[in-house]
Amino acid sequence: MLASILIAFVSAVFINNFVVVKFLGICPFLGVSKNIRTAAGMGVAVIFVMTFASSATWAVQEFLLKPLGLDYLQTIAFILVIAALVQLVEMVLQKTSEPLYKALGVYLPLITTNCAVLGVCILNLEIQGNARFLMSTLNGAFSGVGFTLAIVLFAGIRERLETADVPKCLEGFPISLIAASLVSLAFFGFKGLFQGLI
Amino acid sequence: MKLFKIFKSGIIDENPTFRLVLGTCPTLAITTSAVNGIGMGLATTAVLIGSNVVISLLRKFIPNKVRIPAFVTVIAGFVTIVQMLLKAYVPSLDKALGIYIPLIVVNCIIMARAESFASKNPVLDSAIDGLGMGIGFTLAITVIGAIREILGNGSIFNVQLLGESASPALAMILPPGGFLVYGLAIGVVNLLTNRQVPVPACGTPEAGCEACPGNCNLNAEEKEGQA
Repeated sequence: MLASILIAFVSAVFINNFVVVKFLGICPFLGVSKNIRTAAGMGVAVIFVMTFASSATWAVQEFLLKPLGLDYLQTIAFILVIAALVQLVEMVLQKTSEPLYKALGVYLPLITTNCAVLGVCILNLEIQGNARFLMSTLNGAFSGVGFTLAIVLFAGIRERLETADVPKCLEGFPISLIAASLVSLAFFGFKGLFQGLI
Repeated sequence: MKLFKIFKSGIIDENPTFRLVLGTCPTLAITTSAVNGIGMGLATTAVLIGSNVVISLLRKFIPNKVRIPAFVTVIAGFVTIVQMLLKAYVPSLDKALGIYIPLIVVNCIIMARAESFASKNPVLDSAIDGLGMGIGFTLAITVIGAIREILGNGSIFNVQLLGESASPALAMILPPGGFLVYGLAIGVVNLLTNRQVPVPACGTPEAGCEACPGNCNLNAEEKEGQA
């Protein structure tokens, strides 16, 4: 059990990193990575929502869609669950924890349309075995950690890019994408890690 | 004339991929071959036209407060239809695009057009806007797909270009190549048109950025400043 959790962690964070390997959540990756503080805030909010969304959509799939034979409504059901969940998390945070709400509040509305969240919920359905609820939730959390790692690393690079002298036509998004390409290449170095673990 | 202008703006002036830098996830993820690009582009176009028309029809009935969930539901409905059609008629494409078909729901091009165009304009204009934006997106990702396929696989539209002896740069169809080709492609477009990519216009300022996953960091920074 512990070994499979460890493997899931390494896989979600490094080998199959959501952003730079699976290309999910690229929009916030490029949009909210201008400085490290904002990037970290966004990252924590994403971990939060991804974890809850993973458990919630698992329950919806298992107890609602599957018994009723409504599998084809998956996309609609999941995105609505995520939208409602984000709203709920926002409200609960606002009522219970003022500092946490202040820190994460601004990022929450942006998360509804973050494709990493919907992506992890759909990918979770492929998980087999007898502890699927636990593994889905953990996979959500770990994928969020992977997202945070990538976005924080990338924010560090972008802070330096601000002062770099780049050709005019590459300023802004193009040079960021080229930098992201190098980050992605670096993450490719983890590819062989799995063989050592099993 | 006005319709043509709307149509043209989606393809050239406001090309969603090269100008607005929206919908980056599918742009990077599925452009490993030109065929995938066309498939993804057409699927997105179909959803875009459908959702633009329906949202434009409903624009007077949807209360402002719940517009985002309402838009998402309409879009998700069309995505489900497209997904089922693809599964039934082109299963190979459905397999190649995989998870990125349901993820059309959260493609920010569609949400941005619903928010900034369809919810304010009549039906015909919205349909044409959807068509123009969709074709602009399709062209752009097909070009990126073709470049990556040529460099990374030595073929185009599955037709082999290079002989056995030449070994293509595999990295180009792997994730790093995706970022690289996309970045350079925007750079080349900028160079050719001699223009900068403007700050992505995901909806108008008063519409708020909730619809869009945050290409323009306006909202977050603004609110942060106030806090």
